Amino acid sequence: MPVITYRQALNDTLGEELARDPNVLLMGEEIGLFQGSYRVTEGLLAEFGPKRVVDTPIAEEGFVGVAIGAAMLGLRPVVEIMTINFILVAIDQVVNHASKIHYMFGGQVSVPLVIRTPSGGTGQLAATHSQSFENWFAYCPGLKVVAPATPYDAKGLLRAAIRDDDPVIFIESLALYDTKGEVPEDSDYVVPIGVAEVKRKGTDVTVVSYSRMTAVALQVAQRMEQEGISVEVVDLRSLRPLDRPTIIESVKKTNRAVVIAEDWYSYGVTAEIAATIQEEAFDYLDAPVYRVAGLEVPLPYAKELSAASKPNANSLIYAIRQVLRGTKRLR
Amino acid sequence: MAEVAEAAQPLLERATADELKHYYYQMLLIRRFEERAGEMYVKAKIGGYCHLNLGEEATIVGLMAALTQDDYIFTNYREHGYILARGVPPGPVMAELFGKETGVSGGRGGSMHLFDRKTNFMGGYAIVGGQVPLAVGAAYALRYQGKPGVVITQMGDGTTNIGAFYESLNLAKIWKCPVLFFIVNNGYGMGTSVEAGSSEPDLWKKGASFRIYGERVDGTDVLAVRDVVRRLRARAEAEGEPAIIDAVSFRFRGHSVIDADRYRDPEMVRRGRELYDPIRKFAALLLEHGVIDDAWLKSIADRVEREVQEAIDFANNSPDPKFEDLYKYMYATPVPNTPTAEDAIHAVKINHGEF
Ligand SMILES: Cc1ncc(C[n+]2csc(CCOP(=O)(O)OP(=O)(O)O)c2C)c(N)n1
Ligand SMILES: [Mg+2]
Repeated sequence: MPVITYRQALNDTLGEELARDPNVLLMGEEIGLFQGSYRVTEGLLAEFGPKRVVDTPIAEEGFVGVAIGAAMLGLRPVVEIMTINFILVAIDQVVNHASKIHYMFGGQVSVPLVIRTPSGGTGQLAATHSQSFENWFAYCPGLKVVAPATPYDAKGLLRAAIRDDDPVIFIESLALYDTKGEVPEDSDYVVPIGVAEVKRKGTDVTVVSYSRMTAVALQVAQRMEQEGISVEVVDLRSLRPLDRPTIIESVKKTNRAVVIAEDWYSYGVTAEIAATIQEEAFDYLDAPVYRVAGLEVPLPYAKELSAASKPNANSLIYAIRQVLRGTKRLR
Repeated sequence: MAEVAEAAQPLLERATADELKHYYYQMLLIRRFEERAGEMYVKAKIGGYCHLNLGEEATIVGLMAALTQDDYIFTNYREHGYILARGVPPGPVMAELFGKETGVSGGRGGSMHLFDRKTNFMGGYAIVGGQVPLAVGAAYALRYQGKPGVVITQMGDGTTNIGAFYESLNLAKIWKCPVLFFIVNNGYGMGTSVEAGSSEPDLWKKGASFRIYGERVDGTDVLAVRDVVRRLRARAEAEGEPAIIDAVSFRFRGHSVIDADRYRDPEMVRRGRELYDPIRKFAALLLEHGVIDDAWLKSIADRVEREVQEAIDFANNSPDPKFEDLYKYMYATPVPNTPTAEDAIHAVKINHGEF
């Protein structure tokens, strides 16, 4: 199977979907002439022209609303928001309109919209450019939220998202764009929305993660194997709907769970997963569920402070050791 | 037009020789600071995004020359030059870019988030348009408290397409806020030209439906910028009358240090740098009027070189913020059940694998 980058998987898929369905169009800042801030849309303007690849002014609330309205009439816009931080300017359109329209109007019209955006922080981008807000969208019924960790899933989930008739928030990650993985050629596979995957089988502890943290979890699992610790990695892939059965099945087998996400600790994604586990698998747990998440600060710019505020492999290893010891969470 | 009348005056009636020399010095300081900052970024001394003011030196110095100590300024993330021209020494500015404790924001903000309370430099903001309503709010506060001064909100041309700009114009006008909307029109927002992004490319007209007066000025002419700001500033202060200034310049390089600028014709960029270099233009003017000579130019270049090098040395030799201070600036009013210095140290140890 060919090995390609996460970025290439997205780029290929966008091109293929543009070719497949004339109602698909891309919209966003700097996606055309500039070739995409992170080069995900590179080459697509040249190939499909300005009718299908639409450069927008800096007007997120406006063009996200425009995309929603266009979707109501049957277009299938795929909007790029340069990074998730900038979607805050448009969140009213997403939450008050995109997520509500199908239900609130009695199912008469749907909003087949995809919003692609990278979330999370790398490279000292500082407080306003390093945030993770997928939990805000996952909180909102009516939206679907996916966050692939591998090129394979990026492709399969993006296809699914574009072909889906509901608004899908598609979470990417700057740190994943250059990562590589196998992606089949000549296959029209989709990865279903709302279904998690056990990315690695193990018996001692379950690590639940998504997006970049799944990549971290897989590395850690490999390292810990050398210490004789068998880690099972459940990659959520979708945050809404959440595949609770896959999480629970894994925890019932391993009896221990660590949940890791890049967002802030309180009220973050890890809280939802931990609550789910204690509700549905309490009797199977040999240790409290351990949560690993971002430290609760507006991310400082200074290099070392910045790096130390985001969860990493060390934080996960520490957490795994803690649950294996069965100790309570130390502050 | 008043601007024309101002420009018609003899040079030495518009400014003293010392003032002119000072403007030149400030412009050159910004130029060299930015060029060296670009180098430091490539050397990974600076991280994140780093946007330079190259080509905008006259816009910046002209604006700052027109302001008083009472005035406040809010900018976007392309703001190194503004804080320098406001009088903050280059050392703490460079130290902020290096993420050091001695930086103007304590190393917490970085290139895009400079701040200096003492000079009323109220911050660089990296969410496009974010600073605009804040500035209107500051102007509202001045008016409310009966204080002198005006507020400047600097922004890019691309920023005039975001909703917050229009809401701010309306609010500033109906509430009579002494604020100037100062547009640094460098022709591009990233790769989007003004013409591509704005249905009204004459950005100074964008206040028309809010009954806000606007004016375009050559942003490569330091005196022209200064004079228009002075004039509209006085009116804003006296009458609470907001205004738009559209200062046109040429962006010398890509959007940020890492932008390869592939979407602009290299020949056009080369010509633009030649034609619209505010510093070269100003030097020629001062030489022509005998305000300076070549020896002075050489000595000022040496001085700037030294000062920027000292700023880099200062930044290099400054300490990083301490881990235990991670939560230091979280809240202005202390509150229970928030993380402490010990929590920070514990968390950092785990993060570093020290367990
Ligand atoms: C709300 C929001 N959308 C997008 C961005 C990404 N972005 C940063 S700078 C920029 C271009 C701004 O152009 P302009 O206002 O002309 O300022 P310049 O960079 O030319 O100084 C964009 C799109 C952002 N920071 N915030
Ligand atoms: Mg611009």
